[in-house]
Formats: sequence, structure tokens, C-alpha cells
Amino acid sequence: MIPLIENEIVTKRQWIKKEEFLDLLAISQTAPGVMAINIAIFIGYRLRKVKGSLFATLGVVMPSFVIILTIAMFFHSFKENPVVEKIFKGIRPGVVALIAAPTFNMAKMARINRYTIWIPVVSALLIWLLDLSPIWIIVVAGTGGFLWGKYVKKSI
Amino acid sequence: MIYLQLFYTFFKIGLFGFGGGYGMLSLIQAEVVTNHEWMTAGEFTDIVAVSQMTPGPIGINAATYVGYTATGSFWGSVIATFAVVLPSFILMLTISKFFLKYQKHPVIEAVFKGLRPGIVGLLASAVLVLMTTENFGSPQTDLYTFLVSSTLFVGVFIASKVYKVNPILLIVICGVMGFILY
Repeated sequence: MIPLIENEIVTKRQWIKKEEFLDLLAISQTAPGVMAINIAIFIGYRLRKVKGSLFATLGVVMPSFVIILTIAMFFHSFKENPVVEKIFKGIRPGVVALIAAPTFNMAKMARINRYTIWIPVVSALLIWLLDLSPIWIIVVAGTGGFLWGKYVKKSI
Repeated sequence: MIYLQLFYTFFKIGLFGFGGGYGMLSLIQAEVVTNHEWMTAGEFTDIVAVSQMTPGPIGINAATYVGYTATGSFWGSVIATFAVVLPSFILMLTISKFFLKYQKHPVIEAVFKGLRPGIVGLLASAVLVLMTTENFGSPQTDLYTFLVSSTLFVGVFIASKVYKVNPILLIVICGVMGFILY
């Protein structure tokens, strides 16, 4: 989706400069929430303040909203259909594999090594086996990183 | 009451949804499947499949879908989708206003140093939680389904991880295989 956004707002419409877009990309990735929406809010604000943000957000949300609402309204009525059932029975394990594959890519990007591998392993087990909320993992991991930067890194 | 719950739940998801769509996945699943039981693990997997095939982000898709299925009303979708966007809105407006180059701040960098491995764990948990009998069958009661599912899982994993095959194509192939084999 990012090349699409870049092409529209940097190349075609020239709403912001390329370097600024890269900064914006970093901010949108760091901030919580959906990245495309974070970008839309920022660009909207730059052009027309809060009103611009509102319309940009509405624009980027609308297509998904309409598509998924339509599916939600009609999916259950043909889900019982034996053909659809068979198709989704095949799709489900594939989708789980499509989530498993990026897990390893993300581990590489996060530079997981033998000293940090316990963090994702313990986090995953706590969520899986003890139904711990992922919010706790985020809060504890973020605080841990903060404390590490404040006390450990400085003493080295 | 359900509307308030929907709002609160998706606001939380929007607020703590670090790490992009995949990072958000486990949060949505924990809230929607494990905590509130608004949908089963199988239904959740279906929604992820739909999100892979349509252009929209999973965060929005899940909010819109769950909002409708949990309430049976259009307004459920509107409220859940609004709630998941609201934290971004508040945060990004604040950032735009002051345009802090905060991603280069050493404190933020340190926080993310801890956050990143945690998000990898979140994603791994999403995979584990979705490995249910509903999605895979069970070797005791439904060996055939279990074998087909496991083969599809391994095949798609290798195709995606090693050969970088397009996910939409892989989903279509799985659908066709499901139709032929079951």
C-alpha cells in the first residue's frame, strides 16, 4: 500500500516532499494504529487542519468499510453453502501459514539473537497458554526497553 | 451496552496496536475471539483471509466485520470502526501540531528496542492460537482433514517464506484445493 500512497501524494499531487514523506512514514510506523490512516490524518492536517484530517481519514476508511460491511451482511447466508464451506476449509490453514511466514521476517527485522529470543518465546507462550492479554506484553516490553536504555545501556 | 463494549474494545485495539497490521492481529484476536467470544477462531481466520484479498487494512476490516456480526446492525460497524481510528486521530493530530521528530528521540528508540521482540511474540501467539481443530481438523476424529490442512499449511508456509509467492494467489490455490479434496 505504501508505494500507492507515495505515488499519489508525493509524485502526482505533490502535497509533501519526498524527504518529508520518509519522516512521515517513520512516524506512522512508530505510532500505534493503522499506518495508512496515520498517514492520511497527517496529510489532511497539513493541507486543511482538522477538517482536512477528518476528510482524509473518511476517504481512506470508506472503501474497506463498504466492502467488509457488504461481506458481513451476506457472508453468513452463503457460509452454509457446501461449496463455500469446502473452499474455506482449504483456505483456513493457508491463512494461518501466511501469518506464520512474516513472524520469521519480523524476527529478522527486530534483530532477534540468542540473548533476546526468550522475549518473543515467553510472550507467545503467555498469550497462548495463559490467555494473557497482548496489551500486557506491549506495556511490559516497552517499559523494559525504556529501563534498559536508561540504566543498562548507560553503564556499559 | 454492546455498543459501549464495542467502542471500548476497539479503542483499546487502536491505542495499543503497535507493529502494523500483523502486530494488531493478535490484539484483535485476544479481544474478539478469546475475551468477548464475538466470533470463533475459524470465523476470525476467514476475516483474515478476506483482509488478505481485499486492499483494506486488517484493523479496519476486523472492526467493521465484528461491529456488524456482534450487533446485527450497521451502527455496530460504524462505532467499532470509529473507535479503532480515534486513538490514531488524537495521537497523529498532536504529532502534526508540534511535528516532533520523536522517532529519533533516544527514549523512543529504547522503548522500541523492547517493543519489537515483544511484537514478534505477539505474532507467533496469533499463529499458535489459530491452530485449532476448527481450522485444522484433529488427528483423532478427522484424520483426513488434519492431513490435508497440515499439507496446505506447510506448502503455503514454504511458498510464502522461501519463494515469496503472492498471498492472494496462495489463498486462491488453497480454496481450489479445498473444493477438490473435500
